[in-house]
Parts: sequence; structure tokens; C-alpha cells
Amino acid sequence: MIGLLASIVDGVLVGSVYGLAAMGITLIWGVMNVINLTHGTMIVCGMFGLYFLVNAAGVPAYATLAPILVIGFLVGVALYWIAVHRMIGQPPLMSLLSTFSVNLVLIGLGTALWGTVLFNVPVSLPGLSLGRYTFPGTHLMAAALTAVIAGALYLFLHRTRMGKAVRAVAANREAAELVGIPTTRVLALAFGLGVALACVSGMLIATLFPFTVLAGDAYQLKSFVVTVLGGLGNPTGALIAGIALGLLEGLATPFMPVSWTLVIEFVLFVAVLITFPGGLLSVRRARRVE
Amino acid sequence: MNRFWLIAVAGALLGAPAWATGEDTITVGMTVSRTGSLNVDSVAQLRGAELWRDEVNAAGGIKAGNKRYRVRFVTYDDQSQGGRVQQLYTRLIVQDKAQFLFSPYSSGLTATAAVITEQYGRIMLIGGGAEAKTYELGNKYLFQCITPADYYLAGAIQALKEKNPHAQVALVYSDDPFSKAVVAAARTQAAAAGFKVVLDESYPPTTTDFSAIINKIISSRADAFLGGGHYPDGATLARQLHDQKAALKWVTILVAPDSPQFTTLGAAAVGITVPSQWEPQVQYKPDFGPTPEQFARLFESHAKVEVDYHAASGYVVGLLLQRAIEQAGSIDPDKVAAALEKIDVTTFFGRDKFATDANRHGLQLAHQMVLAQWQVRGGKLAKEVVWPDAAKTANVLYPLQDGATTASVLNPLH
Repeated sequence: MIGLLASIVDGVLVGSVYGLAAMGITLIWGVMNVINLTHGTMIVCGMFGLYFLVNAAGVPAYATLAPILVIGFLVGVALYWIAVHRMIGQPPLMSLLSTFSVNLVLIGLGTALWGTVLFNVPVSLPGLSLGRYTFPGTHLMAAALTAVIAGALYLFLHRTRMGKAVRAVAANREAAELVGIPTTRVLALAFGLGVALACVSGMLIATLFPFTVLAGDAYQLKSFVVTVLGGLGNPTGALIAGIALGLLEGLATPFMPVSWTLVIEFVLFVAVLITFPGGLLSVRRARRVE
Repeated sequence: MNRFWLIAVAGALLGAPAWATGEDTITVGMTVSRTGSLNVDSVAQLRGAELWRDEVNAAGGIKAGNKRYRVRFVTYDDQSQGGRVQQLYTRLIVQDKAQFLFSPYSSGLTATAAVITEQYGRIMLIGGGAEAKTYELGNKYLFQCITPADYYLAGAIQALKEKNPHAQVALVYSDDPFSKAVVAAARTQAAAAGFKVVLDESYPPTTTDFSAIINKIISSRADAFLGGGHYPDGATLARQLHDQKAALKWVTILVAPDSPQFTTLGAAAVGITVPSQWEPQVQYKPDFGPTPEQFARLFESHAKVEVDYHAASGYVVGLLLQRAIEQAGSIDPDKVAAALEKIDVTTFFGRDKFATDANRHGLQLAHQMVLAQWQVRGGKLAKEVVWPDAAKTANVLYPLQDGATTASVLNPLH
């Protein structure tokens, strides 16, 4: 019984970080209908940010969060102008191809510079014990920081003028433009925010597990599942869905081989796409197409 | 003047192909996982092979009869993907005219390459494909230079039995051909040793978070862990076993802990054992070629990185090919294959001898593995040979110490 509880708690802790990663992808989709295929690589950028700031500059691991957030935002804005801006208003396939191409370039550069060797950032924090099970302090800290960042994002989107502008553009870009919102700047801001969230989640993941240049693929895939579960364009939904997915993994793994959890996740992914295309949090059921 | 240049260019054009395909040059082809999940071990293997090539060429080439052949390598990045291996081995043979081939790294990629090399009747020496199944398919030109997968965990099981004859074992392994072959044999060996297998589970090779699996290991009350797969998953497993204080008395992980990069895990590396094809401390007396100590020194000055068993296996495939060509006195594939079949030699890497019966032709029969363990020496991590007794450089650390204790004696950057 304690084993099951430990598995659930662990699932929820790590699931919250997956939720944070998915918030980045869903924010970008919600505001500009762009599927950002550089998302996985941006997660990896956050991981390398942590690695270099800790090892080269001697910055304490959790103090890297703020610089990674800022650098991630600036990289995101630059990426928006390079690869996304011209694709706004075009069919979604165009931005998909554009971000896919940039992703290939970045992966190629990363591989050429660092190969695909494993990097590890040893972070030591006292954990919590429950019987024979231990919840590492890094997992607890990652979940706590995720909650803080998600809360800050919520406050930004709902309590600040700029945040409200982001939501207005997401709701109706033409109407937002008519009332004087500088939509292009807002789009760049939203993309920057999405990338910053990806980088920060990468930084937090790198405090938990070793990583390679190619590690982003697995997390990007997970982010897509979480995004669909939480509803496209719904950052709060993404966080809740990430936690729910972690909970599901925690509940399932004690009773079945771990290889099956991926199967379950993707069955759920397809089921939600068919029955609740707006995500699990959406009250609107799928309309039947006659 | 113009006539001079015309003659010079004509001479160069006529001469170039002779060097490129060269009567006195042997072309050896292979793919290397320069990118992808197998990168660490595959590149180490290449570096070992490159050292052999450079040494052979510096000595004037391989002597076959009255001729000496310089060695030329053609390599491509297979991106750790079987599909690429299939295309590239065809290219190596058809376009690049490789006369001999070295295997890619890993059992899965080697099995893919073997289909192509057999089809074209080319010899392929294998330094990184341990799964035995590949040699049971009636192939004639494959020669496995390393210990087969069936024996990878045999040493760990013997060593564990000496410490705990009633161990409760968790077998947790990557869902790939090599790891499955290793664990299939280990299941039988563990039962024969009197161990109780309390958890037997595979995980996808792309797994990045082992929290759930480690909770299952803790729930199973296992006191020994045997398994893993390749570098990324093995290193992640070691770190998370440490972070989650899995309270195991024994941990043997395949492949990953052999890499010098394993030290980046710091305290999480302490006490981890790894079945190793070769360690620099072994004391083999070679019939020819460098001693283990000489090889380690040569490799580290040549490649500027620490030596590991993948580098050694990369070198030994070249050394055995060279020996076979010299014995055959020819580079004719059938004559060289016949010479390889007769090989029973000891090199710096240990003894090598290939099966010649049709139902397992080319399978390695003589090479033996050792068991290495990461221990703390003077505040730093050092890999020691702990089994067999004849080769050991330190006593095995058992049971594993608490992570906090080991962390306190380690320099945090190691």
C-alpha cells in the first residue's frame, strides 16, 4: 500500500514538471495556432543552460532559474522573428515545417558541438522518506518551483495589462488589433514566454535526470500528450493534465510492466482526441459530424 | 610550361585511382554511431580501431606474402539506426569497395549489417555485437571477437553468490536485443546459483525516468540489481537508484558503468559493478601485439581520452584481421576467413577463438570477461577489477554503502 502511495506521489511530482513543459507548447498554440516543433530542443537548451551555468560559472543549481527564464525568453523572441512571424496566418503546416527545420538545424549544431554523450548535473537536496521509499529533494523542489512558475504565469495572464493582451489576441486577433493591441509584439511575447517555459522545465528536469542533446524528443512527445489532455491553448489545463498523467503512471506501474504505461498514455491520447477534442477540462463534448 | 602542367595533371589523374583503390591498400569499412543513443560506446570503438590502423600504417602496412598493404578506413555515421546501417554497409561494399568490414556498435546494428556482409561474401569482424543469435543463422564470414551476451552476467552472479548465496534479485533491463539476450541467460544462471528472482521486467530503451521502476524494485524487496542496457539508460538508472536510496546491496549495470564518463555521476557511481570485456589492469601475456598496459598507454596518448573496453575491442578486431591476413599470406576473403577459423591466440584483450561448426559459425568461444566496480580511491572514483580472483585488483565492495557516506568522501566534481 505504501508502495502504491509512493508511486503515486512520485508520478505527481514528475508529472507537474511535464505539465510545466506542456504549458509552453499550449500557450504558443493558443495564441498563434503554431505547433512549435523546436519545443523539445528548447527543453534541452534549458538543460544545457543549467549544466554550463553550474559547471562553468559556478552558479548554484536553483539560482540558474532566473537567467534561464530570461535567456529562454530572448531566444524565443528571436526564434519568433526568424522562423514563425512570416508563417502567421498561413496554414498550420507552414509553421510546422518552419519550426521543424529550425529544430533540425539546432539539433545538428548541438550534436556537432557536444555529440550525444550524457550530461549530468549532480544536485543534492535532502529528501523525504516514507517507509523504505524516498522522495528525492530534487523532485520535491521541482514540483514546488513548477507551482510557483505556473502561479506567476496565471497572475501574468489574468492580472496584468500585457497578459490580458495575450489572452485577447488568443481569443480574437482581429478584434484585438481593432482595439489597438500591438498584436505582432504580443505574438512575439507569447512565443518568448512559451520557449522560456520550455527552457525552465528543461532546467528542472536536468536537476532530476541526466540528459543528452537528443533528450528533448521524449519530453516533446510527452508535452503533446499532456497538451491534448489539457486542451489545446489552455495553460492551466496543461498543468493539471501533466499532474493527472503522472498520477495515472503512478497508479498503473505497480500493477503492470512499465512498458505498458506508454501504451496506456497513447490510448488515452486517442480516446481524448475523439471524445473531448477540447481536452479533458473542456465541458464541450465533440460535435458529431453527420 | 603548359606541356609540363598537362603532363603533371595527367600523371596525377592516372596515379590517383591507383592510390584510391590501391593495389597495395586494404579498404576497411564500418559505420560508427557518431550521433544517436549509441554514440559514447561506438565512438570509443572507432578510436580503438583508428589506433590500430595508424600503428599498422606507421609500421609499413600488413604483410601478406610478398606484399605490404596499407590500411584505409571508410566510415559513415549510422545515427544509431538500423535503417542507416543497411544502406551504408551496402554502400561500403558496392561503392567504396571495402574488402573487409568491422561491425557497427551494438547487437541490433550488427545483426542488420551481417545480412548485407554475408550477402556480398565479405568478412566482418565484430567488436560490438554480443548477441549470440546472429551467429546461429548459417553465416560464414562473421567473426565475433568479444564474449557473447550469454556470459555477460555470469561473473556478477558468481561474485554475488560468494557474498550472498540467497540473494533476492531484480532483473530490470532495456527492451533491446542485446539486453534481452543477456538477461535470458542470466535468468537460468541466477536460478542455478540459488537466487530468487523477485522482479523481472523490461523497460523501453528510450526511458528517461526510472522512478516508477525503482519503486517497484523497492517493493519487491530485492537486495541485488542486475540489468540495464546501454549508456544513457544505464547511467540514468544508476543516478536514480542513488537518489531514491533503493537500499540495494549489489548493483550490476550493463555497459554504461564501463565508460570513463560514468564518473560524472559522482557518488551515484560508487559500488556499481559492470561486466567488462577488458580492463587496463588485466595481466594477459600476448602472443603478439601490445601488452594491456602498453595498449592503454598508447590509446590514451593517441586519442587523448581514457581507455575503456569498447576502445580495446575496436583495436582487437584490427589486430585479429591483421594476424589472419599475415597467416593467410593473402587478402582473398576465403583464405583470410580460413585463417580466422584457425585462430586461437592471446592478445592484450585476452584469448580469442571462433566456433567453426555450421550452426554457430564465428561465435566467440574463448574470450573471458571480468567484473569491475567503481570504488573510491584517495577521494576519487577508480574502477577496480573485483572478479575473477585471478585478475582482481581490489576486494569487492559489499554491501553497497549508503550514498550519503560515499558522497562525503568524494570530491564533488568527480
